[in-house]
Amino acid sequence: MSYLPNILFAIILIGGIGYFVKNVKKLFRNINLGQDVDVSDNKPERWKNMARIALGQSKMVRRPVSGFLHVVVYVGFVIINIEVLEIIIDGLFGTHRIGLSILPTSVYGFLIGTFELLAILVLIAVTVFWIRRNVIKLQRFWKSEMTGWPKKDGNFILYFEMVLMTLFLVMNATDLHFQSLNSGNIISQFIAPIFSKLPETTLHVIERSAWWIHIIGILIFLNYLYFSKHLHILLAFPNTYYGKLTPKGQFNNLESVTNEVKLMMDPNADPFAAPAEGEADEVPAKFGASDVQDLSWVSLLNAYTCTECGRCTSECPANLTGKKLSPRKIMMDTRDRLEEVGKNIDANNGEFKDDGKQLLGDYITNEEIWACTSCNACVEACPVSIDPLSIIIEMRRYLVMEQSAAPSELNNMMTNIENNGAPWPYNQMDRLNWKNE
Amino acid sequence: MSEQLNVPTMEELMAQGKQPDILFWVGSAGSYDDRAKKITRAFVKILNKANVNFAVLGTEETCTGDVAKRAGNEFLFQMQAMMNIEVLNAYEVKRIVTCDPHSFNCLKNEYPGLGGNYEVLHHTQFIKELIETKKLDIKDGVFNGKRITFHDPCYLGRANSEYNAPRDVLATLNANLLEMKRSKATALCCGAGGAQMFKDAEKGDKEINELRTEDALKTNPEIIATACPYCMTMMSDGVKVKEKESDITVLDIAELIAQSQNL
Ligand code: SF4
Ligand code: SF4
Repeated sequence: MSYLPNILFAIILIGGIGYFVKNVKKLFRNINLGQDVDVSDNKPERWKNMARIALGQSKMVRRPVSGFLHVVVYVGFVIINIEVLEIIIDGLFGTHRIGLSILPTSVYGFLIGTFELLAILVLIAVTVFWIRRNVIKLQRFWKSEMTGWPKKDGNFILYFEMVLMTLFLVMNATDLHFQSLNSGNIISQFIAPIFSKLPETTLHVIERSAWWIHIIGILIFLNYLYFSKHLHILLAFPNTYYGKLTPKGQFNNLESVTNEVKLMMDPNADPFAAPAEGEADEVPAKFGASDVQDLSWVSLLNAYTCTECGRCTSECPANLTGKKLSPRKIMMDTRDRLEEVGKNIDANNGEFKDDGKQLLGDYITNEEIWACTSCNACVEACPVSIDPLSIIIEMRRYLVMEQSAAPSELNNMMTNIENNGAPWPYNQMDRLNWKNE
Repeated sequence: MSEQLNVPTMEELMAQGKQPDILFWVGSAGSYDDRAKKITRAFVKILNKANVNFAVLGTEETCTGDVAKRAGNEFLFQMQAMMNIEVLNAYEVKRIVTCDPHSFNCLKNEYPGLGGNYEVLHHTQFIKELIETKKLDIKDGVFNGKRITFHDPCYLGRANSEYNAPRDVLATLNANLLEMKRSKATALCCGAGGAQMFKDAEKGDKEINELRTEDALKTNPEIIATACPYCMTMMSDGVKVKEKESDITVLDIAELIAQSQNL
């Protein structure tokens, strides 16, 4: 009978981690629905970016207030989780504060003391975050795409962290043995008096409950990630690693187009020549993207990584002047559609069944796509190296090359280039006239 | 009609068996747009003054295809690019300078993948080089103490991380340089990029160039400096909308330098 809690703990732990692993697999599969791109280059630079941007939070601190608070929560979150290690060992083996029997009391006290300090700092930071979202109503959290689930999600995470931190402190405050050591209880010693009138058995029940709810809460939180913008705490790392290294202004040249253009321009090319090896059974290339599968897998990773912070949108010239375009919404739509496609595949035994929908049209409108100035402000602003612009350009490519659906003024401009070699209807032979004007 | 400029073409030089040190890529705006042509002429005056051995393609130049690419027409872009590359490679061009950040970005970053490998400079970078190598001697005077604010073109700044060259060149004028709140990496676009120059804006509550002009006006400038023909159009229009044309002039850095030299 005495093993019951250990067994229960093991079951909860395995269940919690198991469900998480299942969803991570799904995540991988969904990201892999994207087109292949070669990102195996420049490994040292990529590691450096990851260390600087994800680990070092270099882009977060560009906005000093939220940046600083975020660093507190981030550092707190990472370090306090060392405590989870002890909880897991205690839970599995029925020990109590195993750390105390391994480490000298002073060292253990130092560790827990640090955790407690961080816990209270996280609690404060998270409260300020909540106030910024809900009381001050910072504009970027109240844009049109931030209603319904995204809005709730943002707050849920904050509540989660508040509850977890409180449980951790309460657990320590009601642990008589720990309090009697008087080492490391720098915060919880001030909470302990609240409970001091309660009988020892009640205290024990509170301590145990806090302990259990704390670890269960962490497992729920872990599994919540997949459904939340909070996934960035994991994906920010690969995402910054795979982020764009070339100058921001450089758009990729479509290889499929290069081949065709070369054929068109080369008078000696034999249009009936056998395609090079490997190309024979390839499906004819689709130019640009109208759905998530047409985007590169890095774009799909981008979509799952997006924290919905809206820094991109708050710098977007189109959005700032009241246009429908919001780079954050581009990322959120991409993720939503990708999730929809993933569920479709799950429901149809691993095959995608055409649902008559696509990302372009059903989620993102042409109006949004054409409002972009390709200014890269969104890319620059993103704290986790997301590139909304590349998705916009892929969709323009689809609209122009597959659908001939550019705004008519742009069609005129392109006809001019074809006919006169300039976007305006001027004669090529007048190109040097400025010299004598 | 103004004074004669010395503008050799590649074809002419080739006929004389000569090779210029640098090709000046004029670009479509610089060739046809009335306001941008003034920038082109100002830049050529600087080149002439500094005795730069340069040439233009003249009627052999054609659109880089940049704007087609931004609009999503990769076919048209690559056709233009390959035609240009054929010409550039035939003339064995090694170095290119242009006053248009869009051409700059396109030639520098997108042509190499299609077989066009050149060292490409923006005119602010080249003017900086001329000053540093003492080929151009900036005497302060005309712009002493003038309140100048510089608007970063997206395709020079964020797109290619060049924030210093234009500022370094401006610094030689001994003017009072003012930074807008949004500048360098966080500069606001003028609204012309991504093919917007050639179409009406989508429905909104304001034009982007107005918003950017407001940014500039907050610094209370006498001159708004730009380094892109499209930014020039946008900022000039913005100043007009705000009815400030009588107080504020919009000038390209090439024009500022040319004027400071009484060119
Ligand atoms: S690149 Fe497009 S989406 Fe991004 S900030 Fe600029 S206008 Fe907005
Ligand atoms: S794309 Fe980047 S900046 Fe924009 S909301 Fe997502 S995480 Fe924030």
